[in-house]
Amino acid sequence: MQVTEYKPLIVAFCCNWCSYAGADLAGNNRLSYPADVKIIRVPCSCRVNPMFILRAFQRGADGVILCGCHPGDCHYTTGNYYTRRRMALLFSMLDYLGIERERTRVEWVSAAEGAKFAATMNDFVAQVAALGENKRLEDLRCKK
Amino acid sequence: MRKIAVSRIQELFAAIAAGQTLYLPVDTKAGAKFEQWESGKQLSSALNTVRSAKDFFFPQTENLMDFRVEGKKIEIIDTRRESEDFVLFGVRACDVRSFTVLDRVFLAEPVDTYYKNRREHGLIMSMSCTRPAETCFCGTFGIDAAEPEGDVVCHMTADTLYLDAKTEKGSALLEGLSALTEDCAAEDEAAVERHRELSHERLSKLPLASLSADRFGADKTDEFFNDPAWKSLSEACLGCGTCTFVCPTCQCYDIQDFDTGHGVKRFRCWDSCMYSDFTKMSAGQPRLTQLERFRQRFMHKLVYYPTNNDGLFSCVGCGRCLSKCPIQMNIVKVMKQLGGKQND
Amino acid sequence: MQEITREAILARAAELFRDGTVDRALGWRAGEFDYDVTPGVFTSAEELENGFVWNDFCGANFSKYLIRETGLTEKKVLVFLKPCDTYSFNQLLTEHRFAREKVYAVGVPCAGMADPRLLRERFDGVTAAESAEGGVLVHTLYDGDVTLPQEELLADRCRNCKSRKHVAYDELLGSDGEVLDSHRFDEVERLERMTPDERFAFWQNELSRCIRCNACRDVCPACTCEKCVFDNPASGAANKAPSSSFEEQMFHIIRAFHVAGRCTDCGECSRVCPQHIPLHLLNRKFIRDIDRFYGEYQAGAEVGSRAPIVDYTEGDIEPGQAVEGGARHA
Repeated sequence: MQVTEYKPLIVAFCCNWCSYAGADLAGNNRLSYPADVKIIRVPCSCRVNPMFILRAFQRGADGVILCGCHPGDCHYTTGNYYTRRRMALLFSMLDYLGIERERTRVEWVSAAEGAKFAATMNDFVAQVAALGENKRLEDLRCKK
Repeated sequence: MRKIAVSRIQELFAAIAAGQTLYLPVDTKAGAKFEQWESGKQLSSALNTVRSAKDFFFPQTENLMDFRVEGKKIEIIDTRRESEDFVLFGVRACDVRSFTVLDRVFLAEPVDTYYKNRREHGLIMSMSCTRPAETCFCGTFGIDAAEPEGDVVCHMTADTLYLDAKTEKGSALLEGLSALTEDCAAEDEAAVERHRELSHERLSKLPLASLSADRFGADKTDEFFNDPAWKSLSEACLGCGTCTFVCPTCQCYDIQDFDTGHGVKRFRCWDSCMYSDFTKMSAGQPRLTQLERFRQRFMHKLVYYPTNNDGLFSCVGCGRCLSKCPIQMNIVKVMKQLGGKQND
Repeated sequence: MQEITREAILARAAELFRDGTVDRALGWRAGEFDYDVTPGVFTSAEELENGFVWNDFCGANFSKYLIRETGLTEKKVLVFLKPCDTYSFNQLLTEHRFAREKVYAVGVPCAGMADPRLLRERFDGVTAAESAEGGVLVHTLYDGDVTLPQEELLADRCRNCKSRKHVAYDELLGSDGEVLDSHRFDEVERLERMTPDERFAFWQNELSRCIRCNACRDVCPACTCEKCVFDNPASGAANKAPSSSFEEQMFHIIRAFHVAGRCTDCGECSRVCPQHIPLHLLNRKFIRDIDRFYGEYQAGAEVGSRAPIVDYTEGDIEPGQAVEGGARHA
């Protein structure tokens, strides 16, 4: 069987204080994760409005992952607690609308967890790759 | 005039659909709706469709052109396609008149070629009404629901469908269907006449049959603009666009650019004078309160449009706003409040 | 048939106008037919006498109009609140959208309101519908006069009424009811039991009818932003664009999300949708999830309660588990 290599496009929202630094550390340690993960740095995971997630899918993402400090370690004390509630509700709603639940994820990654960052991305990319292209939240206008 | 037995109506639809796309009202969970006919689809028996037939000539949203950006080059892509021929079957008299109202806007110079393209490729088979709704008041605007305009006028009795071509386009269509239809004799003319009489009798008994638009019309701006009644009429208005979007004659639109990430899609979409951002310019919004926006809509239907179009009103009395407004405010209530004693 | 009569409401309103407590009243105004009732502002007892109507079609919730009306008078605004309206009333107070002392709220019991759509679906040419012995007497153009039990005309939200209890009022006319053990989440659970493919097909079918008239947002007592994100041309979602299904999906997800934790489940969104989209099923999903994940919470049950979405505990459910819970729980 001919297997054409499909590379999903992943958008990763990373908080400035933990997860973005974690990504940096992964880089410094030469840990590899697919280049199709596009990182968007945000001041805190709770900066991420549900519209950002939907927009990412609209503009061609096949999966969206949101990374922040571990609960209790937020640079702004409580930001990620709010993120956790919002995303729990949003992801559940997306599932309710029949959108594949494997396309979204929240992961807590500290600045010291470069290895976890790389492993998380590898795992998420594989998970989304298994689903194939995002069809249910796509906007045909944005297709090339 | 030609005729065909109602029992053979599916054969008629099949014959029409063989030559072009045929749309007709069908029943759905959310009311009657124009859909493309395919084998087995039944004509709705509803009084009228939830959305009007204007969608076929002036769709809610359409792409006007694309821009592709590569480096410093911008390529302009004309996305227009020659429309294919289509037939709208079962359009009511009110909706047929709405095409005249739209024509005067879109076919006046400068001609809207997107609209014109669709208009030229569409053929209207209108249907006379025998069961007008309680919300109907097309008679107020001089429309005869028993004798609609259109390329082919249809009258449907219990067992027979009569087809009367009114234009060359209509005659050509009926000629193509001549193997299926029969010529009409004097008794058929009489049957159609009886059908019209029944329709007229029912129309005359409608609750809104006596509603008059005589007080409104061209050049009456000063008379109504500062009427204190606008305040109480508009106070509950939510500012949603329901009335404008179900209205067969509302024709305001907005043009916007959508950035696709690799180019721009310029699109046109319906807009509503009820919206707070309608006709917003760099200097702001010309109508700041809901009262002004509300007044604009009804003055446009009853005064401004007639002023610019030889007295033709841009309401056709279809009654959709009566059944769809979330707060049940509508043009009938406005006309009764402003129209003085004759509309009590 | 409603417990309180129009006369009883008018008599009390006249007293309040006479003793100078209020100088305006929010009430239902009679229309062409009995069922096309419009919200209105009445400025005297005489105006009420002439135009006020109280029947089985007084579904409109006045809470949101209080934001404007309380700002227009030095005195109080008289408002009549059905039980479900009182929840919206409290929620707006919680959000400081109007001053409590500027309102004189009269609670009126509600036996459930009829849905004019059900009338229209059933009969052709309904010219009148009045309360009568044994239900609602419907006059039609083509089907004669028919009497129907009121239950058959009840709006869906009233069939699944969550509470007959008034949670806010200055005075109550008639008797108060109880919070009900409704079946309002049954439909949400039915959807949750479907496969994702079935759910996707269900919502595609429903949302594809959306004409983006914004009526659901404009009527919503929880949607009181001075400037809505969807009215901002820079949002890229201000008008309906020729996209795939994405536009409708985004509009409705965000609309429901923006009122999550604040939605009292009054059902106005579905009542006004000209395209019959069951929008309350989106709102109820959020309510259901909030109840499951963070404990039972009814927005508007009391003034000043903290909405779960602006609150947290250290041991909250993780988003990944929440999704699993959503479908497998039920």
